[in-house]
This record gives sequence, structure tokens and C-alpha cells, in this order.
Amino acid sequence: MQTASEIKRQSLKGFDRFKYSSSLWWKRYGTPSLFLAPFLVMMLMFIVLPVLISLYLSLTNYNMIQPAKWMGIANYRMLLTDDDIFLIALKNTFVFAGITGPLTYIMTFLAAWVIDQLKFRNAFALAFYAPSITNAIAMSVVWMMLFSSDRYGYINYVLFHFGVITEPILWTRAPQFIIWVVIIIQVWMSMGTGFLVNLAGLRNIPPSLFEAGAIDGVKNRFQELWYLIIPNVMPQLLFSAIMTIVNSLSVFAIPVQVAGMPSPNYCAHTIIAHLFDYAFIRFQMGYASAIAVFLFLLSFTLSRVSMKVFAPRD
Amino acid sequence: MKSNNSAFEIINGKFHLNVRWLLIYIVMLALVAFTALPLIYLVSTAFKPFEELFMFPPRFFVRRPTMKNFADLVISLSGTTVPFTRYIFNSVFITVINVTLTILVSSMGAYAISKHQIPGAGIIFAIVIAALTFPGQVTQIPTYMTVSSLGLLNTYWALIIPHIAVPYNFFLMKQFIDQFPNELLESARMDGANEWKTFWQIVMPAVKPAWATLLVFSFTSNWNDSSTALIYTNKQAMKVLPLALQTIAGGAAASSLARAGASAAASFLMTAPTIIIFVTMQSQVMQTMAYSGIKS
Repeated sequence: MQTASEIKRQSLKGFDRFKYSSSLWWKRYGTPSLFLAPFLVMMLMFIVLPVLISLYLSLTNYNMIQPAKWMGIANYRMLLTDDDIFLIALKNTFVFAGITGPLTYIMTFLAAWVIDQLKFRNAFALAFYAPSITNAIAMSVVWMMLFSSDRYGYINYVLFHFGVITEPILWTRAPQFIIWVVIIIQVWMSMGTGFLVNLAGLRNIPPSLFEAGAIDGVKNRFQELWYLIIPNVMPQLLFSAIMTIVNSLSVFAIPVQVAGMPSPNYCAHTIIAHLFDYAFIRFQMGYASAIAVFLFLLSFTLSRVSMKVFAPRD
Repeated sequence: MKSNNSAFEIINGKFHLNVRWLLIYIVMLALVAFTALPLIYLVSTAFKPFEELFMFPPRFFVRRPTMKNFADLVISLSGTTVPFTRYIFNSVFITVINVTLTILVSSMGAYAISKHQIPGAGIIFAIVIAALTFPGQVTQIPTYMTVSSLGLLNTYWALIIPHIAVPYNFFLMKQFIDQFPNELLESARMDGANEWKTFWQIVMPAVKPAWATLLVFSFTSNWNDSSTALIYTNKQAMKVLPLALQTIAGGAAASSLARAGASAAASFLMTAPTIIIFVTMQSQVMQTMAYSGIKS
């Protein structure tokens, strides 16, 4: 069925038809487009274009003074075969992300599930969420006092007191301990978002679902969790999975606060630390862009995989 | 099954202990200790007098609280060219502008995408989702080049414009506005309200939980952000609070020892506002996050 405006549009020819069509379009979408324009322009300028420019720059040699020189895949070859420090950064990022990611992900879901059933759940929620809105630099004042490497450090003192150690543990100086200090702080700081998302999702499950489940023979809370709750919070689980992947791959501030930059033997060097080093200390923008593109592909692929994993199944 | 969740209950005047729930409460309280103790320690340290800061054996709680550390904080930077108040001004100014702009731009855009079938809306939202899946640092180099070529390095603009279009904010806003009933919009239009009026008088009041949530999140991320000022400015007068804090806490061992109190006070000042804002908006945040799921 044709509307009146469509009939009128088709009766017009050439430029008049174009003018009429655009006036119709403007009438329909003009104001909403203006509403969207600021966000769209900003997103194109600071997200979409930068990703494409990074892709291009990663194939060049560019120091921001001389014009970019085409290098093909030389930066990537260098990155993946010759740059030992990048390989250390990659390994460290995988160690940090591989431990903190799954750990916080599972912990936040279970904690949200339990807390949703407890009294004082707002207070519990605050306690779990608060660490994630603190600042890594501000908190380092606390960590430096707790993990101080001499016997005046709070944790060393407690361990001494109970006779666990006789020599102070070099928490922030010895590589094997630095890694664990970073992991503990990372876990402490990154439980927030996933926790909040899951708790909100759980609260929104209609109570009728549980009544129906009880009639259908759901016997205990674990069956309830598996058959009723998890299928209902899949979208939240996916969102928090993506947030966890992105956050744990971008670990940077905490290792720098704990161990400095560069850290002893690069033991806490991460992908983003390497990126920052080449981009804003050495101004080798081409090589740094190759690191950025690598990080982009890694994070994007893992997120796509999790979208497949959490896709609704029948 | 959501009912009997107390560790104990009193039935007919008799006290019944539920061992399983008691254990669960104990485990959860242990986790709360893990999350909350460092924060309590931060608060306690900020108010410790000098002799308690270096007391051995160390004490967790402050015994004789004092405000002296906060006074030291102001004094510790008084000899330098940039007073401490300048860092506070920079942080507050940038945070307020960024929060306002990102809420405005995200809610207007999200409303247009959600409630008007603009051609290309699907693609734009797909880009937003894709942008959620990689760290912001990926786009840092071209953004730096853009800001630098616009001649904005060392200006407030450099600390503002890269933070306006935040995919996370747009996503949350769009998910929430999706729930808003179309009928209400229709009836507003019938009454002759234009889009501008509909948006401000009907949509925005109704999606208060969503923008209250963006307020919390974007306040937190801007207030805590130190890397933007680190990268885009090299003048001390343009630096923000976290960087000032790093200057106070760092430096030579002797001076950092003397400034331990001041840096604890500064850390407290950094942390308190984010937690206060979250606590005030907690119920709104919970309402919004219920719609944060991604349906793949």
C-alpha cells in the first residue's frame, strides 16, 4: 500500500523528487538525527577513526616529526619474534589476566548469588563494590604500608609475630612476590562491575519463576541456580564476561604502582605498559600502534568468543 | 526458596540457630573483610598523628585522631609554584564538565537510537557494542595525534573532548530507554509537544536511574583518571589530583617519609567522594544495571 507522500514523491521528477524526498526525510528523522549527531561525531572522531588510523600506522615507521614511512608487516614481525620485552609483557599479562579474570568472574557471580539471598544486602553490595571505585594511585599509599618490604610493613609484622617468617618478605622488590601482590590488588579492585551487573540481574528475576520451578521439581538451591537462575541471567553473564576480559587485559596502573616502571627484570611489565613506553616515552608511534592493534585483536576476539559461548541455545 | 535466609530466627520465643546460613554469613563476612579492611585502613591512616604513623609494632586503628595531615597536605605543596588548590580545581572542573557532557550526549543519542527508527541505528549500536570489547588505550595514539594537531595539548579541551563519547555510557542509557513505553511518547506528541520538549519533560525524568548511574560511573572514571592529564599536558598547572598525589607520595625516601601523613590525607580526599556518590545513588544504579545485559 502506498502512502500519499509516496505517490506524490513518485509524481515528481529529477531534482524536485530529490528535494521532496529529503524534506520528507528531514521531517521524519531531522530532530532525532540532531540528537544523535554530537555522540556520533565524537564516536567517529575518537573511537572509529582512531582504530582505523592505528591499523594504518602499525604498518609504518612514524615518530610524529617526519612523515610516516611504509614498513609493511615489519613492526608485527619485530613485535612477535624479536622483542623479548614484549614477549615478557605478553606472558605477564596472560598470567595476571588468566588468574584474576576467571577468579573475579566466578567469585563475583557466586558472591552476587549468595548476597542476593542475605539480609543487609545493600551493605554487602557496597562492601564488594567500593574497592572498584577507588584510585590505584590513592590506594598504593595503603598497599605500600601493608606490603612494605621491611619488618615495619603490616603484613611482614603479622607474619613475624606469629613466627611464620624470620626474614622480612620482599613483597615489592622480589619478582616472585611482586606478581602475587599485583594479583591480590587486581582481584581486590576488579570485583566491582561484574558483581553489580550480576546482582542487578538476579534481583530482576521474577519470583513467579521460582514458584514455577518448585512445582517442576527443582529440589535444591544448586538445581535452582543451574536450571532457573543461570539461563535467566545469561545477558548479564555475557556483559560481565566482556568487562572482565577488557579490564584484565588492560592491567597497567597497579603493577606500576607496586613495582615501578620498568619493574625489576620487567617482572610486572604488561602489554599496556609496553604500549605506553613506545608511544609516550619513545614516541615510536608506528611500533606502538602495532602493540595497540595486537591488544585490540586479542580483546576483540576473546569477547567475540564469549558472545558465542553465551549465545542462547535451544 | 528465597525466604529462610537468616542465621538465626526466633520461633515461639525460642532461639533457633541455622548452622548452614551461619557458615555462609561467616564466609561472606571474611570476604567483606578482604574488600573493606584496606579502605578502613586508608581512613584510619589519614587521621593518624605522626607518631602513630611510624609506631612499631604498627597499629591498624587510629588511637588519637588528628586533622594535622590535611593541614600538612596543603603546606607540603605551598613551596611549589602550583598550590594544592589548583589540582583540586582542575580535578573538580574537568570531572563536572565531562560528567555533564557525557550524560547529555549519551542520553540524547540513546533516545534517538532507541525511540526513532533512524536509518543506520542498528549499525551505530553494533559499533557501540564492538567498542565495549577492547580497552580504551587502543585508540590513544591517534587521539593524541588529533588533539595535538588541533593545538589543544596543555589545554582543558584535551582533558575533555576525548571523554565525551563513552560507549559504556551510551550502551547503559540505550538499554534503559528501551524499557520506556512508546505509548507515553505517542500521547505526548498528540498533545503537541515537540521532540525537544518530549525529551526533556517526559523521557529524562523517567530515566533518572540511568543518568544517575552514568553520573556515578563517569564521575568515578574521570575523577580517578590520571593518564589523560599525564599524556596530554606537561605543565604542572594542568595536572590533576591523582598526579599531585603521586608527586607528594613519591620522591626521595626522606621527604616521602615526612609526607606519609600528607599522602594518606590526599588518598582519603581522592577516595571519599566516589564512595559517597555511589552510596547516595546506589538504588538507582541497581535499577539501571538490571538492563545492562547483552543479548548476543
